[in-house]
Amino acid sequence: MGLFGKKKIASGVDTTTEAANTPDKVQPYAALGLKDDEYARIREILGRRPSSSELAMYSVMWSEHCSYKSSKIYLRQFGEKVTPEMNKNLMVGMGENAGVVDIGEGWAVTFKVESHNHPSYIEPFQGAATGVGGIVRDILTMGARPIAVMDQLRFGEPSNPDTARVVHGVVDGISFYGNCLGLPNIGGETVFDKVYQGNPLVNALSVGALRHEDLKLAKASNPGDLVILFGARTGADGIGGVSVLASETFDSTGPAKRPAVQVGDPFAEKVLIECCLELYAAQVVAGIQDLGGAGISCATSELASNGGAGMRVQLQDVLKRDESLTPEEILMSESQERMMGIVPKKDFKKFKAIVDKWEVEFSVIGEVIAEDRLYINWGHEEIVNVPPRTVAHDGPVYERPVAFPSYQDALNNDSVHAHGLFRQNDNASELAAQLVQIVSSPNQADKGYITNQYDRYVGGNTALAQPDDSGMIRVSEETGLGISLATDANGRYCYLDPYQGARLALAEAYRNVAVSGATPVAVTNCLNFGSPENPEVMWQFKQATAGLADGCLELGIPVTGGNVSFYNQTGDVAIHPTPVVGVLGVIDDVARRIPSGWQDAGHNIYLLGTTKDELDGSVWSEVVHSHLGGRPPVVDLAYEKQLAEALNAASEQGLLASAHDLSEAGLAQAVVESVLRFGMGARIWLDEIQQRDGVDRTCALFSESTGRVLVSVGREDDVKFVGLCEARGIPVLRIGVTDNSGELEIQDVATWQLNDLRGAHEATLPELFG
Amino acid sequence: MPKIIVEVMPKEVLLDPAGKSVMNALHRKGHSASKKSDITAVRIGKRIELHFDREITDKDLADAREIGESFLSNGVIEDVVKISSEN
Repeated sequence: MGLFGKKKIASGVDTTTEAANTPDKVQPYAALGLKDDEYARIREILGRRPSSSELAMYSVMWSEHCSYKSSKIYLRQFGEKVTPEMNKNLMVGMGENAGVVDIGEGWAVTFKVESHNHPSYIEPFQGAATGVGGIVRDILTMGARPIAVMDQLRFGEPSNPDTARVVHGVVDGISFYGNCLGLPNIGGETVFDKVYQGNPLVNALSVGALRHEDLKLAKASNPGDLVILFGARTGADGIGGVSVLASETFDSTGPAKRPAVQVGDPFAEKVLIECCLELYAAQVVAGIQDLGGAGISCATSELASNGGAGMRVQLQDVLKRDESLTPEEILMSESQERMMGIVPKKDFKKFKAIVDKWEVEFSVIGEVIAEDRLYINWGHEEIVNVPPRTVAHDGPVYERPVAFPSYQDALNNDSVHAHGLFRQNDNASELAAQLVQIVSSPNQADKGYITNQYDRYVGGNTALAQPDDSGMIRVSEETGLGISLATDANGRYCYLDPYQGARLALAEAYRNVAVSGATPVAVTNCLNFGSPENPEVMWQFKQATAGLADGCLELGIPVTGGNVSFYNQTGDVAIHPTPVVGVLGVIDDVARRIPSGWQDAGHNIYLLGTTKDELDGSVWSEVVHSHLGGRPPVVDLAYEKQLAEALNAASEQGLLASAHDLSEAGLAQAVVESVLRFGMGARIWLDEIQQRDGVDRTCALFSESTGRVLVSVGREDDVKFVGLCEARGIPVLRIGVTDNSGELEIQDVATWQLNDLRGAHEATLPELFG
Repeated sequence: MPKIIVEVMPKEVLLDPAGKSVMNALHRKGHSASKKSDITAVRIGKRIELHFDREITDKDLADAREIGESFLSNGVIEDVVKISSEN
C-alpha cells in the first residue's frame, strides 16, 4: 500500500491561520452531514471559516448521535417531571456518562443502556463486541467497577437468510467480548420481527458498583493539570465518514476509504479496567472520560466544557498505530479501549507508576488552561481554536415537525374484534394447539440457545439470570446487598400507541424487578426510532417520551440517563418505535430473592391481578393470526406500585416460593415457563378466572393484561398470603396446584407431558440457528 | 496435489489484537530472535488452501479470488492479499 512507515509531514494541514486567510475555500460540510445553516453557525461562532480539523470536530459533535439535536427538547421532561422525593437517592442524574444511584450501606450503582445498531448490521461480530466495550467504559468512567452486562437484541425474521448472519455475528461478538472481560451477562431480550430486517437493534447495558467516595466526573477544571491519553493506540477505526476530509489532504493515490468499523480487544479493556480502578484508588485522576463516538473530539471538548475550563493539546503527541493518520482522522478516530485522564502534575509520577505496572501505554497530550478555549496544535501549527462549549454542549437544537400518522386511526380501529379473528373457545384441541404454537414460536421459545453462549455466573455474585424475570447481582459480599435489573420494550404495542407502549415497557420492567423481591428505584432507556426527519416518526418519539416521563413520575422513580438511536429503518420503512426501558431495583439481601418457576410439589398457585379482554397487539394475534391492530392493554401504574409493594412485603415475610410476571402470551406462557424451569408438574383451572373476570378461555390463556403475577405459595403460608393480598387490595385467585405428575394439565384444555412441552419450547432456536 | 492458496489479512488500518498480543509477548519474553531484530509489528492473517485433482487454470485462480473475497474473508475488516497456486 505504501502508506505505512511514511511519515506524514505537518505542512499542508489546514491551519486556523490558513482558515482566516482563505474564507472562500469550499468545504465538504454537507458530505460530513452538516446542514447549510449549521455550517453558517460554525462560521459565526468562529468569526471565520473552520479549519478542516475544526470542521471534523463540529460535524461529528453536532451529529444526531452526539448532540441529541432532535430529541433534546423531549428528553428535558425526564429531568422536569420529577419530585424531590424521586431524586433523593440520585447522586448523578442525566447528562453524565451514566446516572449514579445511592443504594445504601455506602454503596452506589451506575447503569446505562446504549445502542450499537448500525455498526452491528455492517459487521455484526465487531459491532456487537465494541457495543459491550463502549458501555462498559461508560460505567468505568463514573468510578465504578463494572459488574454485569445485558443485551437487548432485535433481529429480522428467522426465515430470512440474512438473519442468521446477524444473529450469529452479534451473539458471538457479545459472548466473546463479555466473556473475555469476565463480566456476567445476566439477561436481556431477543425479539424477531421483519421490521428489524435491514436494521437490527443491538442495545447493550452495563451496570457497575462503587463506594460513594469513589465517584468520578468527566471534567477538567484545574489549570495546569495534564491531559493524558492512555490505553490502546489511535488508529484509523470507525472514521469512514471523515474520508471526505482525508481525500482533500491525501493525494489521489491515498486510501480511497477508511473503514467505518472498529475492532475491539477485550483483553486490553480488562487491563484498562483494572488500571483505572487502581488510578481511582490512588486518587491521581481529577477527571476522566472514555473515548467512544467522536473520540478525541468528544473527550477534549466535553472535559473542558464540563469543567468550565479550556485545554491546550499537541495532537502529534497522540500515540498512533498508523503514522499516516491525518490530524482530522486522529480527532475523529473511534479506536477502542482508550481513556482520557486529567492528572494534577504533582500526581504524575504516581500515575505513571500505575499505568506502567499494567503495561498500559500513555502519552501526555496537553494541559488544562483557565481560559475556556480549546487550542489544538499539529506541531507548530494551530489547527483548532474553539470555545469547547460550542462543540460539546451548545450544538443545534431542533423542534422537528410532528404529524399524527396517516395510518394511525385505521390501525387502531382494526382491533382483534373488528377484524373478527376466529376464537376456538369451545374447541379444546384447537386451543391446545395454539398454546404449543405460541410457546414454540421464535419470540416465545426458550432463549437458552443464545444466553447459554454467555457466561452468566462468572464472578460468583449472580443471584438470578436468564430465564428469570430479572437479573440479580450481589454488590456487597458482607451483607448480601444487591441489585436487580430488567429491561423491556414491545415494538408492536408502541406501534399501536407509542404513549401507552412506553408505559407498558416501563410497567413490565418494573414488575419484572418487583417479582424478584427487589424494590425498583431508577430507570434508564434506549430509545430506538426511525428517522427524526419523518414527522410521523417524530410524533411517535414525542408520544413515547411523554409516556415514559409521565409513567416514571407516577411510579416515583427517576430516569437517570439514556440514549437515543434515530434513523433505524429498512429502506424507507421505519422500525416499530422501540423504547427499551431498563429498571434498576435494590434488595437488602439477595438471599431473600424470589425465584421464578416451581420447585416443590403441593404448592398452591395464585394469579394476582385481573384478566381483561386484551388481545390487540398480543403474541396470540401475531403468531396465530399474523395480525397487528387495535389498542394495546391499559396500564394502571398506581396499581403496579401497590402490586410491587405487596410482593415485597410477602417476600420479606418469606411467603413466596416463586413469582413470575405475566406479559407476552399471558398466562399460557407464564405457566409453561414455570413448569419447565425445574420440571415440576401442575394442574391449572381457568373457570374461576373466566367467571370472576367475565372473559372467555382464549383471553384467560392468552390475554396480555398488565398488573398480573403468577406466584406459588406453600400450604402453611396460604392464609397469611391471601390475607396480605386482600388487605392491600390485590385481586388474588387460586388457579392451581403443583404436583409430581411430570405433566401440565390445564383443565378442559389439555394435558401435556413436560418432556413434550420442553421439546416444543426449547428446540426452536437451535433448529433455526444451530 | 495441485492447490490454490488464498491469503487473507486483517485490513492494514484496523487493530489486530492477536498480532498485537504476539508482538507484546515477543518483547516481554525477550525472545532472542527479537531482541536485536527490527520487528516493529506483528500481524496475523490466515492461509486457506483449495485442493484440486487436476491442473489449475487461470479461470480457477479468478474463481478463487471471487470465493476469497465473497466467502472466505470478511470484506469489512479483511483483505485478500494474495492468490497463488502450487502444482
